Amino acid sequence: MIIGIPKETLSGENRVASAPTAVAALLKLGFAVQIQKGCGTKASFTDQEFIDAGASAVTKKNVWQSDIIFKVNPPSLDEVALMKDKAHLVSFIAPAQNDEILAALKDKGITTLAMEMVPRMTRSQSMDALSSMANIAGYRAVIEATHHFGRFLTGQITAAGKMPPAKVMIIGAGVAGLAAIGTASSLGAIVRAFDTRPEVKEQIESMGAEFLELDYEEPEDTGSGDGYAKEMSKAFIDAEMALFAEQAKDVDIIITTAMIPGKPAPKLITAEMVESMKTGSIVVDLAAAGGGNCELTQAGKVVNANGVKIIGYTDLVSRLPNQASQLYANNLVSLAKLLCKAKDGTFTIDFDDVVIRNMTVVKDNEITFPPPPIQVSAAPAKPKVEPVKKLDAKAEAPMNQRKKHMLMAAGALLFAWVASVAPADFLSHFTVFVLACVIGYNVVWNVSHSLHTPLMSVTNAISGIIVVGAILQIGNSDPVIQVLAAIAILIGTINIVGGFFVTNRMLKMFRK
Amino acid sequence: MEFSQGLISAAYIIAALLFIFSLSGLSKQQSAQTGNWYGIAGMAIALMATIADPRVDNVWIIFVTMVIGAVIGLRLAKQVEMTQMPELVAILHSFVGLAAVLVGFNSYFEMDHSPMANITASQQMATNIHLVEVFLGVFIGAVTFTGSIVAFGKLRGIINSAALMLPHRHKMNLISGLASIALMILFVQQGGSNGPLYLMTFIALAFGWHLVASIGGADMPVVVSMLNSYSGWAAAAAGFMLNNDLLIVTGALVGSSGAILSYIMCKAMNRSFISVIAGGFGTDVVIDSDTDYGDHVEINAEAVADMLNGAKSVIITPGYGMAVAQAQYPVYKLTQALKEKGLDVRFAIHPVAGRLPGHMNVLLAEAKVPYDIVLGMEEINEDFSDTDVVLVIGANDTVNPAAAEDPTSPIAGMPVLEVWHAKNVVVFKRSMNTGYAGVQNPLFFKENTQMLFGDAKDSVEAIFKAL
Repeated sequence: MIIGIPKETLSGENRVASAPTAVAALLKLGFAVQIQKGCGTKASFTDQEFIDAGASAVTKKNVWQSDIIFKVNPPSLDEVALMKDKAHLVSFIAPAQNDEILAALKDKGITTLAMEMVPRMTRSQSMDALSSMANIAGYRAVIEATHHFGRFLTGQITAAGKMPPAKVMIIGAGVAGLAAIGTASSLGAIVRAFDTRPEVKEQIESMGAEFLELDYEEPEDTGSGDGYAKEMSKAFIDAEMALFAEQAKDVDIIITTAMIPGKPAPKLITAEMVESMKTGSIVVDLAAAGGGNCELTQAGKVVNANGVKIIGYTDLVSRLPNQASQLYANNLVSLAKLLCKAKDGTFTIDFDDVVIRNMTVVKDNEITFPPPPIQVSAAPAKPKVEPVKKLDAKAEAPMNQRKKHMLMAAGALLFAWVASVAPADFLSHFTVFVLACVIGYNVVWNVSHSLHTPLMSVTNAISGIIVVGAILQIGNSDPVIQVLAAIAILIGTINIVGGFFVTNRMLKMFRK
Repeated sequence: MEFSQGLISAAYIIAALLFIFSLSGLSKQQSAQTGNWYGIAGMAIALMATIADPRVDNVWIIFVTMVIGAVIGLRLAKQVEMTQMPELVAILHSFVGLAAVLVGFNSYFEMDHSPMANITASQQMATNIHLVEVFLGVFIGAVTFTGSIVAFGKLRGIINSAALMLPHRHKMNLISGLASIALMILFVQQGGSNGPLYLMTFIALAFGWHLVASIGGADMPVVVSMLNSYSGWAAAAAGFMLNNDLLIVTGALVGSSGAILSYIMCKAMNRSFISVIAGGFGTDVVIDSDTDYGDHVEINAEAVADMLNGAKSVIITPGYGMAVAQAQYPVYKLTQALKEKGLDVRFAIHPVAGRLPGHMNVLLAEAKVPYDIVLGMEEINEDFSDTDVVLVIGANDTVNPAAAEDPTSPIAGMPVLEVWHAKNVVVFKRSMNTGYAGVQNPLFFKENTQMLFGDAKDSVEAIFKAL
């Protein structure tokens, strides 16, 4: 089958759905590749490079007649009309928003795979174009912010004066957020990050940012099970808004990446918060295409609100067109490998494979969107894991707990019995004994390892206190007792004197 | 001069407090000496108060015996080599054990044995409790006594350090324990009779002997701290017998201290306390001499000196072999020479290196190695990969990569010093024999490892000369 790579027509789009190295990989799978002339120009790929890799350069009309079309952006209705019936299309589609396109594709019987529908599974990571693109967007967001920010990100002390480091707050620690954290901290900024999913705290800290914690705790888990964040309750949103309002006064750059699949982006940065920011501060809104996380965001534009710039570019990925195309092309090659396991140059749409099932939005004159839900995210997949765990816990933990409690109860009962019959004298001694054990336990834990030998010889000397017993006994009139007590005093004293003296000798040696 | 009971009690409370201060003073190097003096002061106060007790008679015997004891103790403490510390501690434990046995017997003899026709129930109960205390005190004391003597013998080398493997040893331990309990019941029911007490003493002595004899030499740090704990409990039991709170407090302090030390040691060896006590480490081991580990590479002292001259960072990991060879002084001379050349020299101490908790620290301190370059395993383990040369001086099992890499190894899972991550490792050893655990050490056959055979002291001095 022939794969066609048309030129992207969306305004401001610099990417292309393939790269010369990807062409070579597709040829190995048994496909033929034809590109539209000039499709890679904006991404710095020449037609000649594609031809050298084994593709043929054809006109727009011919390329749309290919058996399989690889694209970046959703096709327009006109472009769908150019395609031949029963062809295949692989592209970003936004199936939830583009009913018309889906209908047109269905009418022509074009089997369509939507790149944003790659499930977040370990197996499908290599084709997850959302992640590969988000990584670029996160990096570029920091670069754009620095470009508009009239200061260094890193702190410096120079002969001409001291410059404090910039403070950056990043909201949403998905792939884009984490990439932004890494970029900003490598430029020297102080980075703080927030996410509704507490389990990403570790990832945030691993990238070098501080995790901003909320006082409020959401009753249920906050992941939706598909690896993306979900909408939060009213109380939670109030708490996080308070946090943002407080941070806005302090930070120089805010980068927001909060998106919830299939819903408008949540409004997190209000006009008042922007107002409270220092003049010259920057807000980069990565969710601008979905309506923006900031109230003042205008998609595709830089807005200046009283000296605070709000960057709403929707084409951040496209601003690194060469590598973005390369990565996207690699994602498509990985997908092609999955669809063409026989390496015979044909696509097999196998609905038993959850990855393929999830991605396929149109198959044989039928719209197959939305797909049945699948659970992929490791951390939030509680519904799946919990029942098993609970059973285990029920089987084991309560047993241990019960055993422990029963033992404790038995001990207490035994003690109560002894206490009820024993003379008060014994009890008071016993109290002393228990308290001394507790004190000894606490004191000895603090002893540093290098002093264990001196500790042992001191405790040894101290345990020579047993001579007190012998001294009390020696006054007895029985000569046997006298002799035994004398021996006990003798060896006990050896212990006391020897132990203390040797400890002293040892401790004198320790020096810094 | 005779004190009133109130004054004596006050003195006891002060002494107990001083003992607690003494132990907490030992938590830091800076306060350790003060801590020791607190201990001495506490002991002095306690002894003076006791002697001044109006019930005490025959004071001249007390003084004579105490002077003799003090002289012996001083001589022992002065003459002991730091490398022999474990032995000294072990033999001192046996004294406490023996003293506890004697005090227990005396306490029993002192009792009024004449049968009383009509004693009240509470009096009967008090007698019973006292008998139980005597019985327990003698039991613990006897076990400590023989156990410490065996530990001393093993450390000295008088007794074979390998674990004694009698058939049915676990059953024997169990039977002696059960028999002792049965004898205790009999003893109490008869209102105190000589037969069960003597029989139990004999059983306990044998039990203590067997208990320690069946524990291998590699576990001696645990055994010594365990006996330390026992000697404390013995003192506490004596306190109950004599209704003396000072003895109870002190015994409990020492007992819990020893128990914690044993626990720390066991953790460092990744073994459960029970398995150490039950004995047999280093003998249940199947020594697979068939495995081909490859060849080891020998090196001479001059080549080691060259290697050190070219290095920037050096870590020295000492083990029991350094103690045996008395190599700590030349090692410190070498350390100073290297530091003058601008090298970063540090010491890495495994928690169970040597035969006593903290043994290596004491030896290095004796040689005046400053304690801030002596680091514990957790502090230094990650630095090996950035180190040019590691000198392993007489350590074996504590640097065995098999613990980390070979799950079938008898020491698998024991945390070890990961010296093999360094660029070069030089192992100072007398021969290719295995360590106390009886396990072959794959470290010796690694590509970055070279063996320097010979007495550690001579080897270190040879390197020092060649530098």
